[in-house]
Amino acid sequence: MSQVPAQLRYSTTHEWVAQLVPGRYRVGITDHAQELLGDVVFVELPQTGQAVQAEAACGVIESVKAASDLYSPLSGEVVASNAELTDNPQWLNEDPYDKGWIFEIQADEKDFAQLLDAAAYQNSIGE
Amino acid sequence: MEETIFACQHEGTPVELELAIPAHLLRDDLPLPNPSELEVLRHYTRLSQKNFSIDTNFYPLGSCTMKYNPRIAHEVATLPGFSRLHPATPAVAAQGLLRSLAELQGWLAELTGMAAVSLSPAAGAQGELAGVAMIRAYHQARGDTQRQRILIPQAAHGTNPASARMAGFAVTELPNLPNGDLDLDALRAALGPEVAGIMLTNPSTLGVFERQIQEVAALVHGAGALLYYDGANLNAILGRVKPGEMGFDVMHLNLHKTFATPHGGGGPGSGAVAAASRLAPYLPVPRVVGEAGSYRWESHAERPESIGQLSAYAGNIGVLLRAHAYVRRLGHTGLQRVSAYAALNANYLMHGLRRQGYTVAFAERRATHEFIISVQDLHKASAVRALDVAKRLLDFGIHAPTIYFPQLVPECLLIEPTETESKASLDRFLEVMAQIRREALEEPERLRNAPHDLPVRRVDETLAARRLQVAE
Amino acid sequence: MPYIPHDSAETAAMLEAIGVARLEDLFDEIPQALQSDVSALPEGCGEARLRREMEERAAEQAPLRCFAGAGAYAHHIPAIVWEIARRGEFYSAYTPYQAEASQGTLQLLYEFQSFMTRLTGMEISNASLYDGASALAEACLMALRLRPAAREILIPEGLLPHWRRVLDALLPMQGIRLRSLPQDPQSGRLLLPGEDFPEAAALILPQINRFGVLEEVDALAHWAESHNLLRIAVVNPLALALLKAPGDWGEQGADIVVGEGQPLGVPLAAGGPYFGFLTCRRDYVRQLPGRLVAKTVDAAGQVAYCLTLQAREQHIRRAGATSNICTNQGLLVTAATIHLATLGANGLRAAAARAHQQAQRLRALLARLPGVELPHAGPVFNEFVLRLPRPAPSVRDGLLAHGFLAGVPLIELNPADDPHDLLVACTELSEDEDLDGYASALAGVLGEA
Ligand SMILES: Cc1ncc(COP(=O)(O)O)c(C=O)c1O
Repeated sequence: MSQVPAQLRYSTTHEWVAQLVPGRYRVGITDHAQELLGDVVFVELPQTGQAVQAEAACGVIESVKAASDLYSPLSGEVVASNAELTDNPQWLNEDPYDKGWIFEIQADEKDFAQLLDAAAYQNSIGE
Repeated sequence: MEETIFACQHEGTPVELELAIPAHLLRDDLPLPNPSELEVLRHYTRLSQKNFSIDTNFYPLGSCTMKYNPRIAHEVATLPGFSRLHPATPAVAAQGLLRSLAELQGWLAELTGMAAVSLSPAAGAQGELAGVAMIRAYHQARGDTQRQRILIPQAAHGTNPASARMAGFAVTELPNLPNGDLDLDALRAALGPEVAGIMLTNPSTLGVFERQIQEVAALVHGAGALLYYDGANLNAILGRVKPGEMGFDVMHLNLHKTFATPHGGGGPGSGAVAAASRLAPYLPVPRVVGEAGSYRWESHAERPESIGQLSAYAGNIGVLLRAHAYVRRLGHTGLQRVSAYAALNANYLMHGLRRQGYTVAFAERRATHEFIISVQDLHKASAVRALDVAKRLLDFGIHAPTIYFPQLVPECLLIEPTETESKASLDRFLEVMAQIRREALEEPERLRNAPHDLPVRRVDETLAARRLQVAE
Repeated sequence: MPYIPHDSAETAAMLEAIGVARLEDLFDEIPQALQSDVSALPEGCGEARLRREMEERAAEQAPLRCFAGAGAYAHHIPAIVWEIARRGEFYSAYTPYQAEASQGTLQLLYEFQSFMTRLTGMEISNASLYDGASALAEACLMALRLRPAAREILIPEGLLPHWRRVLDALLPMQGIRLRSLPQDPQSGRLLLPGEDFPEAAALILPQINRFGVLEEVDALAHWAESHNLLRIAVVNPLALALLKAPGDWGEQGADIVVGEGQPLGVPLAAGGPYFGFLTCRRDYVRQLPGRLVAKTVDAAGQVAYCLTLQAREQHIRRAGATSNICTNQGLLVTAATIHLATLGANGLRAAAARAHQQAQRLRALLARLPGVELPHAGPVFNEFVLRLPRPAPSVRDGLLAHGFLAGVPLIELNPADDPHDLLVACTELSEDEDLDGYASALAGVLGEA
């Protein structure tokens, strides 16, 4: 069974969201998502300064046998991305909630509040 | 492990060069090896021995039709009169070749129930691209420019959506029903004035014949759209059912599958396209035209409506000559037997595997030339995956079936024995599959660590992609 | 029954196991109205009969001394090349998706990629595309993925017209515009454009151009760099044994290199199967079309090879793939790799130099004939244009009777070209006596008028 840390919020497309300060959020993919993907070999990161829409693709995650779009859980502006993933894509498998964070976004607090909590996400993945 | 050819270090005898080329256009050095001829011969002969092939192994690779490649076809196609011919040779000096190609065009038209054929596409995917481009040209010629979308079943081969995109179309994927047939309600809902056409193969990639095909054709045509037939599965119905009579407007044939030309470790193929009369004007150039004694390649000026030229010359002629030889050798009765025995072998294996306890994906349906099993039950019981079954088969000298395609069926293997395998070879496959099933339940590690007896153990594809060493 | 091994007892046993009475019953899900027959096709024939028919037809193509080129050349292929390439283990294998059962093909492809990156001076090579012209179309699509805001490709008129037609067929469907750049009629070389092309993604640079003339690739690449255009080089792989590698053109080198692989051990075969190659910078690898092989290890830590970055390809990425290509030209690549290894660096240089020297010799011989001119002043490699006093197609036809395929009339490639121009190519197969024979036969044919 995969980990679903209680303090984070989640999207139905398997991203986790951590509030850094109100209005600024860190995003990654969940443990469940990395299990589905298998060994990640490449991450195409969103660009700093890029405006993104909630539920729209803003990057790509590639494993050996699959390629999936990375969706933004919130609308807003990308303010940072984890450049170290370019050389260490395996962090998405090994440590999805910490070293494997993907990008940070400036977004509306109200949108953040609408995201799933850990129990609801756990439910949605049937675990 | 065999070192690469770049490990050969001798200098050889360098050549003195006298060139009438300005020095700044020349290179200083050429960092390539100089192996001796015997070193080359040994190196590549040894490499060849690390391959599975039809000539050495049973190869039940679904969707790929790995049948015996008759050597007579190779022999006649490589006669010097054909193999030394320059593509710019004028037609007067190429009548024997052009006549053979004209015959092949005619035979393929007859086999497919289509009005006209162009032999030029280099493989199935290029044939698909030609076909959807023809659909685009047809609508545009009628001023119907809003048709920008192609419908494709979810189970379709990846080349279908990729080809539609290369022709500038958007793609909508359609679901299949649990019995393998297309979901007609979904089709009805998807059809509309912006749909240009649908790409189907029949039998479908699920290994079953689409029984509602006439209804599908009526619906699609009724909505002003056209039907494309992916001919990769033609072996199942060769000489029995003609795509043109099923209602298809344009199609490709994979001559490197159905017509027994070799796969060569990846290619070449030939994706000849055939079209009904309303689409024939758009076929890619060039085609062979004329009659006995005066065959020639048609000119571009003669075919102003054509979608144009897809490769520099007229396609993979050497492959076409092999396909020609195959048809000539088998004749119409031989071709009909192909589909009969392809179906016999597939249904025999399907029943045999079901008796052993394997889950057949569409058990209530007839297998066509291929069928799907799912090892989801083994996955649940002992975490063994389709991949592990595939790798274990290799230990027995049997090439793995196609795995994880179509993606619709979890943990699936798509099995296509082809008509050229004997009952004895199928019976051996069944015995091996029974043993693998026992192992999966009793000692799953044997599968997860397979293969054990090949030149290499399981290859680390993750490291390959992360490290990405692709040349030296 | 050709190639079907079942005897009637086996067939009966199998039908019984399935639970049907007759073979036809296996087709009982197919609506009756759709079942038809193909008796209009001929009856089959035995192997001996087939060979006899095809030998007769092959003989209708009389052997000719080949001086035609325009993208396909009559080179010598060492005997071992096809001896090995047609071994069943290469000839009858599928695409190496099951790496453990395909190490032979995979290592060979890795070596091919290494040969091509070294020849072209680039970092990444794919494992082949259909042919040179379609590889160029793929390179253009790749350039537009790298420059998503751009809409245009700049194409010199020095590109072979039949390659240009392939671009015309494949690119506009995706809304891409093709812009022609004129050639200087005197030198036969590309003129440096004076204007800017803000919507263009890339400049195509054919070295050698379609008149056989060598371009000033450094200056052209430099111009493209200063206009922020990607450089797509189009090269003859054998000529690269001598010519500057595209990776060294200009200051930064080419971005993508493509070409027709036929000169590397592939028979002329009336135009195919050949193979296209494509090499590029490492940064662009995720936009690469076609298969790619990587060196890795197996579970025991031994060196092993496998296909990699398959997430670019149609079987995984479907509509979002970098290309629709699946089946490629693997067997031709097998032959080319063995050919490259057999010739080696020295053999390749020798073959290329000989082709060049014989072309120089023939050009000088033919230019002495009355009424024959050389329209272009620029330097040539192994191919050149001859301006004849009579229309080139009829002269070419006249030389057939003397056993020569004298060249390719430019007008047959491009109706707008001068009808008197004939493109003539030499290779290392062109012996001195062939050059003399050609010259005297041409003198004869021209004298007949
Ligand atoms: C169902 C199906 N469609 C299309 C193709 C594409 O054909 P090709 O590989 O010749 O491009 C294939 C085979 O690879 C196939 O199996």
